[in-house]
Amino acid sequence: MLLSRRSLVIGSGALLAGCDKLATRPDVLKLLGSAEGLTLASQRLIGRDALAQEFSRADISPIFKANGSKDPQEAAYLAHKASGFQDWRLIVDGLVERPLALSLAQVKQLPARAQITRHDCVEGWSAIGEWAGPQMGGLLTMAGAKASARYVVLHCADRYGSSGELYYESIDMLDAFHPQTILAHSMNGAPLRTEYGAPLRLRVERQLGYKQAKYVMRLELRDSLDGIGRGKGGFWPDRGYEWYAGI
Amino acid sequence: MLGAEDMVAADSGVSWQQRHTLVTRGTHWLRLVAMLCLIGSGLQIFNAYPRLHWGHSGNSHDAAWLEIGAMGSPAKGMVRIGGLDIETTGVLGVRVQDGRPVLLAFPGEVTIPGERDLASGRRWHFFWAWVFVLNGLLYLGLGLASGSLQKKMFPTRAQLAPAHLWHEIKEHARFRFPRSEGALDYNVIQKLTYLVVLFGLLPMMVLTGLTMSPSVSATVPLADLFGGRQSARSLHFISMWLIIGFVIVHVGLVLFTGFWNLMRSMLTGTFAYRKGVW
Repeated sequence: MLLSRRSLVIGSGALLAGCDKLATRPDVLKLLGSAEGLTLASQRLIGRDALAQEFSRADISPIFKANGSKDPQEAAYLAHKASGFQDWRLIVDGLVERPLALSLAQVKQLPARAQITRHDCVEGWSAIGEWAGPQMGGLLTMAGAKASARYVVLHCADRYGSSGELYYESIDMLDAFHPQTILAHSMNGAPLRTEYGAPLRLRVERQLGYKQAKYVMRLELRDSLDGIGRGKGGFWPDRGYEWYAGI
Repeated sequence: MLGAEDMVAADSGVSWQQRHTLVTRGTHWLRLVAMLCLIGSGLQIFNAYPRLHWGHSGNSHDAAWLEIGAMGSPAKGMVRIGGLDIETTGVLGVRVQDGRPVLLAFPGEVTIPGERDLASGRRWHFFWAWVFVLNGLLYLGLGLASGSLQKKMFPTRAQLAPAHLWHEIKEHARFRFPRSEGALDYNVIQKLTYLVVLFGLLPMMVLTGLTMSPSVSATVPLADLFGGRQSARSLHFISMWLIIGFVIVHVGLVLFTGFWNLMRSMLTGTFAYRKGVW
């Protein structure tokens, strides 16, 4: 049997279109997404407390690519920025014994950890920068995290793109208490600039760039991620990306 | 699915070899499916940042050794490799669809999904990466433990003799391949190629992939092994093309050296050959 070129073109086109429908079907993506749990479990198994590689000052990228929101236009953020973050407060609340409201000056007085690390974007590029700020674990201890707390949700000041939704992210308690998980107020030895998340951003070094929430306003300790955003625990996880971004 | 040649052979006293176990056959075809899904979704992921660097770090502010993109207006598709610009409009970088230019490094026909969709591409990639790794461990583990892999794939001392190696190279260059008892064992070039793929390229693919994981590279010093995360990304890309090259030669030789017989041996396990040495 001979197939005409035309029917071959139409046939292969239909096959491709069929495959493509399959590739983005919600139930297929849900099934494929089951690998995320396996990835998380095995990465925790082999390297629960491992430290991300740290570099020397000579390795710092000449220009650290800024991504995501670079200049938030939300009125509340602009007002804080105009006043040099005078009235800005970092809120730590939710499942804690002692909710905190710390000024930027108080945050900067806390013992800081400095680290030169590689930032890995989900798109594939990397940049190396030096970050400094208090460890999240120390802040959570100050606030008295309750045993029922399973996640730290980071509420941010920016609305990304045209989505109209405030950026947020979340990490579990193991990453929250990891020594390299810091709330950075300085980058490459200077106060954090706007495009990098001033006045405070998360560094959770064993995960991808979209987890490194910028313009952090509030840490909320919770036992579940339900009821925030679309329930997947972060702005990009709500849009199909993995909540656990260790790969 | 007997070919004409096989049926003639069946009349003239053909012998059968039980060539591949169920595990070998099953893992072979699952590996093919996994590799197709990994390549398609891998090209989707590449499209999110179609530039490659050497070293630990690299982004749009740094020089790339390979770049696929769009330049100028109207946009022209370009592959920039080293200092060389090659125009690829219509295939790589830019193509015109419904009268409008679409900017995409690799075209939708070869990516999973066909539209720009990094989130779904990653789901496909990491699911099939798990299948590929577990499938490979099963194949290598059982093959090595039973000794069948060593027996099938490791060249004998006689095969490695320079005179024999030279003989095989000449036979391959003339496209002369044995179909009788001489075909029962893999020839030395075949064995060495399979060893390079099994213990070189495929593990390289997995390890360079894992190096890009910020969590795995925190645990195992893989980044230093490959010269950094961006080097690993480049090597991941290069290894993919070497594997695609292997698959093309592999399928070509299957077509040339008795397609139905080899397909049957990889589907049902039995391989037909004629008595007598050729």
